[in-house]
Amino acid sequence: MRIVKRGIAGTLESSDVMITVSENTKGGIEIDLKSIVEKQFGKQIRTVIREKMEELDVKDALVEVNDKGALDCTIKARLEAAAYRAAGIQHVRWEEK
Amino acid sequence: MPLNAANREIPLSLPGFDTIKAFEGAFENTPLVRKEKGIRNVPKLNKLVETVEQAVLKTELKDGMTISFHHHFRNGDYILNMVMDVIANMGIKNLTLASSSLTDAHAPLVGHIKNGVVTQIYTSGLRGELGEFISNGGMENPVLIHSHGGRARAIETRKINIDVAFLGVPSSDVYGNSNGYTGKSACGSLGYAKVDAEWAHKVVLITDFLVEYPNTPFSIHQDQVDYIVKVDSVGDPNGISTGATRMTKNPRDLLIARNAADVVVASGYFEDGFSLQTGSGGASLATTKYLRDYMIERNVKASWGLGGITSQMVKLHEEGLIAKLLDTQSFDLDAVKSIAENRYHTEISASYYANPLNKGCAVNKLNVVILSALEIDVNFNVNVLTGSDGVLRGASGGHSDTAVGSGLSIIVAPLIRGRTATVVDNVQTIITPGETVDVLVTDRGIAVNPRRQDVLKRLKETTLPLYTIEELRDKAQRVAGTPEKIEFEDKVVALVEYRDGTIIDVVRQVKS
Amino acid sequence: MEKLRRTMLYVPGNNAGMVKDAHIYRSDSVMFDLEDSVSLNEKDSARLLIFNALKTLDYEGIETVVRINGLDTPFGEDDIKAMVRARPDIIRIPKAETAEDVLAVEKLIEREERAAGVDPGTIKMMAAIEGPLGVINAYQIATASKRLVGIALGAEDYVTSMKTKRSPEGMEILYARSAIVTAARAAGIYALDTVYSDINNEEGFIEEVKLIKQLGFDGKSVISPRQISPVHRIYTPDHKEIDFAVRVIAAIKEAEIKGSGVISLDGKMIDKPIVDRAERVLAMAKASGILINEDEI
Repeated sequence: MRIVKRGIAGTLESSDVMITVSENTKGGIEIDLKSIVEKQFGKQIRTVIREKMEELDVKDALVEVNDKGALDCTIKARLEAAAYRAAGIQHVRWEEK
Repeated sequence: MPLNAANREIPLSLPGFDTIKAFEGAFENTPLVRKEKGIRNVPKLNKLVETVEQAVLKTELKDGMTISFHHHFRNGDYILNMVMDVIANMGIKNLTLASSSLTDAHAPLVGHIKNGVVTQIYTSGLRGELGEFISNGGMENPVLIHSHGGRARAIETRKINIDVAFLGVPSSDVYGNSNGYTGKSACGSLGYAKVDAEWAHKVVLITDFLVEYPNTPFSIHQDQVDYIVKVDSVGDPNGISTGATRMTKNPRDLLIARNAADVVVASGYFEDGFSLQTGSGGASLATTKYLRDYMIERNVKASWGLGGITSQMVKLHEEGLIAKLLDTQSFDLDAVKSIAENRYHTEISASYYANPLNKGCAVNKLNVVILSALEIDVNFNVNVLTGSDGVLRGASGGHSDTAVGSGLSIIVAPLIRGRTATVVDNVQTIITPGETVDVLVTDRGIAVNPRRQDVLKRLKETTLPLYTIEELRDKAQRVAGTPEKIEFEDKVVALVEYRDGTIIDVVRQVKS
Repeated sequence: MEKLRRTMLYVPGNNAGMVKDAHIYRSDSVMFDLEDSVSLNEKDSARLLIFNALKTLDYEGIETVVRINGLDTPFGEDDIKAMVRARPDIIRIPKAETAEDVLAVEKLIEREERAAGVDPGTIKMMAAIEGPLGVINAYQIATASKRLVGIALGAEDYVTSMKTKRSPEGMEILYARSAIVTAARAAGIYALDTVYSDINNEEGFIEEVKLIKQLGFDGKSVISPRQISPVHRIYTPDHKEIDFAVRVIAAIKEAEIKGSGVISLDGKMIDKPIVDRAERVLAMAKASGILINEDEI
C-alpha cells in the first residue's frame, strides 16, 4: 500500500486515539507518538503500529499518534482506517483477513 | 514595703509565694486591652491590621520558621498564594510550609520553592504543576505526606511546630470569632483550620467578610487569634465548592455504586444504628443514593455519618435516615448550608476526626467507609497519591485513617481507567496498608480481602460477581496489556507518613 | 435454558470508549451500531473498530449483535464482509420491508461465510422492522430465514411514515407492536421492542416496559446502561410466580419417577403451556440473580 496523501482517523476522546498517516519523504516508517500512557505503553504502541504497517505492506509513512489511552485493538483499527484513507483506497481487502 | 499602682503595700515575697509581682495598673500587663474607651461604632478593641504584610511583621516571622494554611477553600483558595507572595517580597527564606493540603490552585508555590522561600513542605497531597515539579526532583528536601489524622497528631505532639498559622475564614468579627458558613466565600466546616488555630504560636485570620461582634456560632474563637486582615476576597466561590454535587449519570460509576451498596447491605454491617462515611467521588456519591433506597425499603436508619460531608449525606440527614453528621470538611453548597442550619450537623476538627493518638477519634467508631483508589495491589495496599506514571497527583486525606478505624472499608474504583489498570501487582505508593482494606468493588467484579472470611461468606450468599483480587488483576491485564515498569531515579522526593508517624513508603523522582 | 433477550444495549459503533466495555453492564445482548449513529464519512473507521474489538476483546459471554447498514447503501456489503469475519453472534438488518430484504442479506452472509471458512449458518440474524410495509410483511420477514432469531420494532422511522409522532402512551405504535409480537410468536422467534429515547424519564420508561412485557415482547433495545436494570427488574418474576413454577417442575419430576402420565398440582391438571411458563419463569428468575435451590425442584 502506498501513502499518497494525509489520512486521519480516530478521535481525541478518552480510550480512543487519533492517528494521522501521511507521506514520509525521508522513507521508512516514522512514528511521532504522544500518549497519556507513554511511560507504561509507549513501546507496545510503537510495536503495534510497526506490525500493522508491515501487515498493510506500507513501507514509507509518517504516523502521528495522539493517544488517549486506547487499547491495542483500537489503535490497530484507527491506524488501518487512517492508512487506507491516506492510500486513497476505499475498500478494505476483507477477503485477506 | 513598696506601694503598688493602687497605692497598697504589697510584700515582695511570702511563704509559698517566692516572688510577688505588684499590680502596675489596669492596662499595663494586658496588651489587648486599650485605655481609650471609644464609642460603639468605633470598636475599641480589635485585632485588625491593614495589610497581610503588617500582620506578618507583627507575628515576627523569621527565616526558618514554620507557617501553616488550611485547604478548605480547595481549588478556589487565594490565601496561600497571597500570603506567600507577601512573605517572599519581605525577603523571608527557608520556611517550612505545613498546609493541611495543597491543590491545583497552589502552582505558584513552585516559584517560592525555586527562590528558597519554602524549603520544606508537609501536606496531605500534591497535584498539578506543583506535583510534577516535586516529582521531577524540584525540591532538595523531600515533602512529607501525612493523613488528616496524622497531621493533627503531628501538630498536637509538636512534631509539626507551627510558628504562624495564616487562616482564611469566610467570616470573622474584629476579635477573631469566625466561622466557615457565613459570607460570600463560605466553605462550611473549618475542621482542619481548628487544629492550627488551637496549636499555632501565632494565628493570623484573613477574611473578606467582617461581621458585628460576636460572630456566633464560631469555629475559631477570639482567644486563639492574634491578628486579623480584611481583604477583598479570600477565594473564588466556584473553586471553593461545586454548587450542589449532582448525582452522577456516568453509567460506570452507577454500576460500581450499585455493587458497593449491595456489598454494604449484604456485609452484616447494614443494620439499624450503623454509621458510615462516603466520599465525594461519583461512585461514592451514588453509593449513598443507592444505600438510601435500601434504607427506606428495609427501614434501616443510620445513627451518624462522618466526612467529608456531601449533598447526598445531607439529603439522608434531612430525611431522617442519618440522625447526626460529623463534619471536618463540607464538599458542596448543600453541605455548607446544612452545617449552618441543621442542629445535628456538627463541625469537628481534624483531630476529633482522625488523630490516632488523642483520647478518641471519630473514625474509631465508624462502621462502614466507602473510599476511592488510584491503584490497589494484590495485597490490597492502596495508592491514592501517585498516578500510574509515578507522578504525585493526589492526596492521602483521611484514607488510611478511616480504613483502619472502620469496621468495613470498601474501595470503589473502575477496574481499568482508559488503558490503566487499577488492580496491579504492586502499587506505586502505599498510602493505606492492605491489612486495613476489606473489599474492592469495581465495574468488572468484586474482591474481598481474604482476611475478611466473615464478609466473604456473607457475600457468597448473594449473586454479586465475586473474584479473587488476582483474578481481577488478570482480567485488567487481559484487556489493557502489561505495562512497562516505570523507572525512577534514586532521589526520594516524598516521604509517606502513616497516621502514627512512621514512614510507610517513599516516592522517588521520576525519570524524565 | 432459553436464551434471555430482555435488553439489547445499543452502542455507537465509532465510540471506542463504549465499545471497549459495553458488556460490563450485563445487558442480555450488546448491539454495536454501524448504521444511524455513525456519520457517512466514518463508516470505514467504525467498521474497523468493531471488527478489531470483536476479534480481540472478551465480551464474557454477552451476546454480540452488529447492526449493519442496508444493502441499498454503499456500506452494507462491506459491513457484511467485515462482520462475518469478526463473528458477532448476530447481524441485525435495519429497515426490513420484505422477506427479500432478509434473503439478500442472508445470501451475502452465506457467501462470505464460505469465503472466510466459517461454517455456513454460524451467524444468526435479526431484522428490524421500521416502516408500514415491514409491519404488513412482519410474518413473511420473520419466517424468511432459518438464521433469524428475532424481529424488532424500530418506531422512530415508522411513526414518521405513519404521519404521526411518538406519544408517551404509544397508541400510535400499538398496531405495529401487536403485529410484530404476533408475527414473532407465529414464527417461533423473539420479539424486541423499540428504544425509549428520553433516558432521564425513568418513570415513563418503566410504564413502557410494563406495557411491552404485557404485550408479550421478550425485551427491548436500550440506549443507556441506566435503562438495563429497570427492564430486568420488571421482567423478574415475583416470589409467587417463582414458588408456583418450582412446584410445577417438582410435580413433573415426581410424576416422571412414579411413571404416571397425568400430572396434577393442587388438584388441577398441569398441561404443556403451564410447564412451559414455569420453565420460563425459572429461567428468568435465575438470570435475574434470584437464587433457586435446585434440590427443591
